[in-house]
Amino acid sequence: MSINNDDVEKIAHLARLAIDPAQLETYTQTLSEILDLVEQMNEVDTDGIDAMAHPRDTELRLRADAVTEENQRDKYLKLAPASENGLFLVPKVLD
Amino acid sequence: MHNKSLRELAQGLGNNDFSSVELTQYFLDRIEANKDINAFITVDRDASLQQAAEADKLLAAGNSEVLTGIPLAHKDIFCTDGLRTSCGSQMLDNFIAPYNATVIQKFRQAGSVTLGKTNMDEFAMGSSNETSFYGSVLNPWDKDRVPGGSSGGSAAAVAAQLAPAATGTDTGGSIRQPASFCGLTGLKPSYGRVSRYGMIAFASSLDQAGPMTRSAEDAAIMLQTMSGFDERDSTSMDVPVPDYSADLEKGLQGLKIGMPIEFFNTDLDSEIASITIGALREYEKLGAELVEISLPNSHLSVPCYYVLAPAEASSNLSRFDGVRYGYRTAEFEDLLDMYKKTRAEGFGEEVKRRIMIGTYALSAGYYDAYYLKAQKIRRLISDDFTRAFDQCDVIAGPTAPGTAFRFGEKTDDPVAMYLNDIYTISVNLAGLPGMSLPAGMDSQNLPVGLQLIGQYFDESKLLNVAHRYQQVTDWHLRSPENS
Repeated sequence: MSINNDDVEKIAHLARLAIDPAQLETYTQTLSEILDLVEQMNEVDTDGIDAMAHPRDTELRLRADAVTEENQRDKYLKLAPASENGLFLVPKVLD
Repeated sequence: MHNKSLRELAQGLGNNDFSSVELTQYFLDRIEANKDINAFITVDRDASLQQAAEADKLLAAGNSEVLTGIPLAHKDIFCTDGLRTSCGSQMLDNFIAPYNATVIQKFRQAGSVTLGKTNMDEFAMGSSNETSFYGSVLNPWDKDRVPGGSSGGSAAAVAAQLAPAATGTDTGGSIRQPASFCGLTGLKPSYGRVSRYGMIAFASSLDQAGPMTRSAEDAAIMLQTMSGFDERDSTSMDVPVPDYSADLEKGLQGLKIGMPIEFFNTDLDSEIASITIGALREYEKLGAELVEISLPNSHLSVPCYYVLAPAEASSNLSRFDGVRYGYRTAEFEDLLDMYKKTRAEGFGEEVKRRIMIGTYALSAGYYDAYYLKAQKIRRLISDDFTRAFDQCDVIAGPTAPGTAFRFGEKTDDPVAMYLNDIYTISVNLAGLPGMSLPAGMDSQNLPVGLQLIGQYFDESKLLNVAHRYQQVTDWHLRSPENS
């Protein structure tokens, strides 16, 4: 086992995923299997190799700081699970 | 009508043999009659017919392009203004996209008609279409089997001839593997060739959209419309787009086809091996020369991918938080509880697994061992291809290690499912164009795909090489109905 139940609970918290305690063991097992597969990477010495983030190693373009979008607040707010007075509603954060 | 190529359909529309409304109605009826295949998540008949009526006006005015009036199916990963865009997930079951993806916009500008949105593995994570919130898609060749994934709905739709052609996306094989399983021609373009704007992100450094069609000739037409620089995608490349149909007929005399020794080792299924080698012998008859090449790090592509893709996915999918759009859980105590329950209920099991793997790989203390290590291996894999292309013009091998498997066969074993993409993933890691074309049938009468891999931005060569093969073989013309 590469990881244990405590690790999975910690990862799930970081990922903002509620985990059913009954499924914890299954997650630990399948995630461990995937991590075992990934471990094959350690067969290779990669010292001195540059990391590759983009297939073309190009720099990201910068664009002019210009207004390109029109205000569509109402259209977008209609998609929200809860909104009021032109704002997205979330549960109370501060008492 | 459903046997016609895109070019033939365009001629039929141009000659007034049929109208776009008639053509669209015809395919909508076929979709309705084949609902059991479950290829589509959303079909809006009225909207499609309205688009067809507009196309008929363009055609009447002589103001048309090759795709004007032709109905196409789009993977439900592309945002379509006013139409549900679910990405195969409960998380977006109620999401009506407020804008068009660039790919959709380009097809609409060309006057094509949107037939509907096709089923897919949830957030494009899967190789069998079994992770979709909307249920499995049946392979039209054998309805007890999967169509492949993640673009399984698009593949099944084109194979069952419910649409003349479709779009798909490919992060690790999601166009090529279902094309192989369903007997289609599928092309994943070079990274940066097709805009990702409005295409719901899975792994941003790997995702590319491409065509799924019945021939290389059709693929060239589709790719022509999809390709091109887009200001709205920061990774879109500002390079000229050639005329993809121009070089289709070019002869293959002297073409060097590289055969990676690692792809033809003893692990390869003997039936797949003999069909693949049979296709390569056909190329020799066309004047091509086969050369052995080596991709020594290719066995590391699956491990490398299962760090990079989940890591990017865990970051991309953090946007689904129940605040701005999509699903929100019914009951919660506070903000954190709302996030956690929303995501636990809204995402399916495979998506949650990958988010957790990615979160782990990016977490403090593990970044160097996983993410950075994988990025270095990505470089080694990419360098292998660069060296190989010193010896050959295109690379050929199998698309998938087997043919379409039965439902449930691999659902309990994620790692076994991941190994389906063993021959396709390295192409995404290197950013190269890759293609699958039908090259034979196995003993169970299931299609087998041949994979072609090209040099950066050389989709024209792939299309040319595929087309010449399709002129001397008829695998691509077979359909579940006439086989």
